[in-house]
Amino acid sequence: MHDLKAMTDKERENAADYWRASLKLIFFCLAIWFVVSYGFGILFADALNAIQIGGFKLGFWFAQNGSIYVFVALIFFYAARMNKIDREHDVHED
Amino acid sequence: MDLKTLTYIVVGLTFVLYIGIAMWTRASSTGEFYVAGGGVHPVVNGMATGADWMSAASFISMAGLIAFLGYGGSVYLMGWTGGYVLLAMLLAPYLRKYGKFTVPEFIGDRYYSKAARMVAVVCLIFISFTYVAGQMRGVGIVFSRFLEVEIVTGLMVGMGIVFIYAVLGGMKGITYTQVAQYVVLITAYTIPAVFISFQLTGNPLPQMAFGSTLSDGSGFMLDRLNQVVTDLGFAAYTAGNKSTIDIFAITFALMVGTAGLPHVIVRFFTVPKVRDARSSAGWALVFIALLYTVAPAVGAMARLNLTTTVQTGAVGSPEGNLSAEQRPEWMKRWEQTGLLKFTDKNGDGRIQYYNDGNKAFAEKAASFGWKGNELKVDNDIMVLANPEIAGLPNWVIALVAAGGIAAALSTAAGLLLVISSSISHDLLKGAIMPDISEKNELMAGRIAAAVAIGIAGYLGYNPPGFVAQVVAFAFGLAASSLFPVILMGIFSKTVNREGAIAGMLTGLFFTFGYILYFKGIFITPMAPNTPEHWLFGISPEGIGTVGMLLNFAVAFGVSKVTAAPPEHIQHMVEDIRLPAGAGTAQSH
Repeated sequence: MHDLKAMTDKERENAADYWRASLKLIFFCLAIWFVVSYGFGILFADALNAIQIGGFKLGFWFAQNGSIYVFVALIFFYAARMNKIDREHDVHED
Repeated sequence: MDLKTLTYIVVGLTFVLYIGIAMWTRASSTGEFYVAGGGVHPVVNGMATGADWMSAASFISMAGLIAFLGYGGSVYLMGWTGGYVLLAMLLAPYLRKYGKFTVPEFIGDRYYSKAARMVAVVCLIFISFTYVAGQMRGVGIVFSRFLEVEIVTGLMVGMGIVFIYAVLGGMKGITYTQVAQYVVLITAYTIPAVFISFQLTGNPLPQMAFGSTLSDGSGFMLDRLNQVVTDLGFAAYTAGNKSTIDIFAITFALMVGTAGLPHVIVRFFTVPKVRDARSSAGWALVFIALLYTVAPAVGAMARLNLTTTVQTGAVGSPEGNLSAEQRPEWMKRWEQTGLLKFTDKNGDGRIQYYNDGNKAFAEKAASFGWKGNELKVDNDIMVLANPEIAGLPNWVIALVAAGGIAAALSTAAGLLLVISSSISHDLLKGAIMPDISEKNELMAGRIAAAVAIGIAGYLGYNPPGFVAQVVAFAFGLAASSLFPVILMGIFSKTVNREGAIAGMLTGLFFTFGYILYFKGIFITPMAPNTPEHWLFGISPEGIGTVGMLLNFAVAFGVSKVTAAPPEHIQHMVEDIRLPAGAGTAQSH
């Protein structure tokens, strides 16, 4: 672990910026995470069940399959964006 | 070749494979024993995490649960996958950056407190033992049904195998065995599902099949299923019968609990970089999703197959029910295990399977001359019996047996490892013998693993009441004690030692107490376990959500009125937020 007390003001500001950018991304991803599972799969499941695609009632599909696909996509999206934010703030690993 | 011999061969071959891997990957340092040396490729780690995560419950029980719960079973599907999103974004990269060996070690350092570390150790050990006993029971079921040996013998064999690769290989041995076990279990799960999907709908892809039309021309499968089950007085499959708030709370407790389970978290200590921890969580979920998106299809198809096997004709007509004499071989075989029971209550020589708890329907049923539901089916047999129900060849059945054992053993090994590292690293080195040499610590870790295997085997053979409540206990406690303190440790610089300990204890006692209150484990239940009596209508399975909120509230409240964390701790938090400079996990 490198010594943090040795951080200059500029580095400190950069670290704070980086953290804000990370939080923003996390918040955005978790909002989608919440909407597809708790929203589509639970709270609005009954309403969405009125829509049927093929043999699936939409709310039921989100609860049993759809939300899982979105979760997988979300993590990879997050990982890619996070790598970009790392680089922009020059805090990436070598 | 008969089924038993074939099963012995297939299961035996997988065991040879696991032991071979164990021989090839012996751990020679504490770093290798605790975190596989920290050099595991993210995709490999993802696959190992998949096997580590998918337990006997996921493989054997989950599809059966979904089959009987219908929409209500979604709590497991979303709960046990959505947790990886939290893990990937909130915990794994930061804990990886911190670069230590165990979860209690992080908690102890961040809250500059041995007491906090010990509370975490107690939570970890209780959670992990509850969980591991369930795995051992799974091994016992598979052995007794497929290999027709005594449960004790099955447990001994299972314990022996885990002993070899967990004690010798530590995390390194476990990682590569888990990769092999993943391949075995996913193959075993997918093949029967593909066959059955094709038989029922003509579409071999299970994820599509349960939204397709049935080959017999009776329309969409889920519509037909709703029809068939409601005709027998059950709730519609796609609607279920749990309240929205309870579904919400259970799903949340399972997600947060998943992210807080120590044996899952430590898997992310084994990858080389912070960046790898993020992508590895994605890969883990890909491998998990391969089973979890198939499970609801298996559940729906199993329910349809079971119901139409018994209810062969119109409901209420005397010839509409399967004659007991003509019941298929698989039913008879599973009756011997006690997991399937048929009692001819009305003595008509036919099997009636319906919801006699539904008053209106029970009255109607009485007018047909039915005197109660005559068939009891344990959730656990739906996956295991599936290939037999669908009339698949014997090698598929043998493969399913090997898959069930792989799922149970891989999870058991991961749990045993976190138990043993907690004892050798957190208790011994962290508290009792700080000067212990690395060689002795490694030896202590191996002894702890061996003892833990013995206890796990005993719990599997002689399960105490709490073992049946894995979902409530393990996930509830992980959600209400470990997850919040780890999260606050990363995302807050102000939560201090006093806040963390008070929060953890509040979450722990509240959740534990609530479960005891309704489930009556160790004591007699103090209130009937029904929605009218629950707090806000939340069942013991979902109460971890409330426990978690209490933990947060108490931790922030107490931190406000006590001294702020020392400056070096605030610096430590700033440092773990930045990926740069993550070395491999080390002990100091």
